[in-house]
Amino acid sequence: MNEKDVPQDDSTTYQGQKKLIYAVDETGHYQGVKSSGWEVESFATQMAVDDLQEQTQEALTQAQRGEVSPLAYHMLRLRFDISSLSQTTGFFQWQIKRHLTPKIFNKLPESKLNNYCDVMKLTLVELTSLPEQ
Amino acid sequence: MTDIILDIDHQQSSHCESGVISTLLRSKGLNISEPMAFGLSSALTFVYLPMVKIGGLPLIAYRMPPKAIIKAVCKKLKVDLHSQTFSNQTKGMQALDNELAKGNLVGLQTSVYWLPYFPEDMRFHFNAHNLVVYGKTDKGNYLISDPVFEHLVECPAEDLQRARFAKGALAAKGRMYVVRSVPTDIDLTPHIYSSVNKTAKMMNGLLLPFFGNKGIHFLAKKIRSLSKTKPKYQKLFLGNIVRMQEEIGTGGAGFRFMFASFLDESAKLTKNDDLQAAAKEATAVGDHWREFAMDAVLFCKKRKDLSLDNVAEKLESCATHEKSLRSTLLSIKG
Repeated sequence: MNEKDVPQDDSTTYQGQKKLIYAVDETGHYQGVKSSGWEVESFATQMAVDDLQEQTQEALTQAQRGEVSPLAYHMLRLRFDISSLSQTTGFFQWQIKRHLTPKIFNKLPESKLNNYCDVMKLTLVELTSLPEQ
Repeated sequence: MTDIILDIDHQQSSHCESGVISTLLRSKGLNISEPMAFGLSSALTFVYLPMVKIGGLPLIAYRMPPKAIIKAVCKKLKVDLHSQTFSNQTKGMQALDNELAKGNLVGLQTSVYWLPYFPEDMRFHFNAHNLVVYGKTDKGNYLISDPVFEHLVECPAEDLQRARFAKGALAAKGRMYVVRSVPTDIDLTPHIYSSVNKTAKMMNGLLLPFFGNKGIHFLAKKIRSLSKTKPKYQKLFLGNIVRMQEEIGTGGAGFRFMFASFLDESAKLTKNDDLQAAAKEATAVGDHWREFAMDAVLFCKKRKDLSLDNVAEKLESCATHEKSLRSTLLSIKG
């Protein structure tokens, strides 16, 4: 890629930051060039972020209806999934799946809830509650 | 307590690991650029692991696994790197303060998610982000040279501790490293040729179908078979490839441009025209990857009459070009 072809698309996902891209200058040699974003890349990022937000929103609605536990919402909101939450908390994936149901979650002892709180940087109250409707 | 602020020559880098080792070596007077560190460690590769899922999407990487760059560079150049991990968080933070007090720049492995200075959309649970700490304020905030950022940043102690000791895949366990000494008078020439050769040999892939050229063809095959899945999954799958290739600090085209830059710099150093020609070819390979990313996104947007087969074909042409780059690299003799 030539220096002049380095995209400067002011991507919103960069939030005003710039990235370094290596490109060929007029003398035919490589230089580090700052880029304010590439439309192609930010489209891919946005797609992933939107998908996550959609899932989070859905979990919130379900949690408010009492179909899933608040953990399901907080997990997605904080960009965890069952596998990464399992790796960080030490619970098995099947345990976490159980904890996603309100019936089981509501009966969890504080020691287990604290485990989630530590990993997700939440207080007990935050973990067990949902944002106001 | 007063501020500790050590001298640092912060240069923005594309990738965290090559950037950090370049910063640490330069601070000791060994002038190794980011592309040179990347090239010398023979970190360029391609990996597609369909069975390893991250957020429901397969793992795709364009370089060797984390820690490989720092390890390889230090081993090759006989740099004395002191690296340690901690089971006790308080001791881990104390050790960092001790090194700073001694006047040493400290490299840390951290989780991107818990670093508050990262843009919201780029925060995800990835535990192998590298950065350099160059000081601490009297309020207890750490001063950080994060290689992928334009400017120097600051981070509260509590957040940095959380980022260092985040658990999970690739957990850092508080890993910190300090360059103790670097050799003087290094001749890079033999290292350049050996690492170019090693990169070329790896480009074909291993016995398994997940790596190098074979991996690219394997991924192309998978893209063709996506026609049986839901449109939403097709989009997320292709978007994931583009993100791994462009978004997460690769210097463009999944490290291909950084590698070309390494060849370019090596050609200047060794005055070898073959390396210069190879740099040009590597640039063309990178351009192909960028075109592939564009096609993949165009497919997601449904703007052009592109089919999954077209996208897969573009990817296969990347593989063809890499194959010819491989034979060029193998023919280079020092």
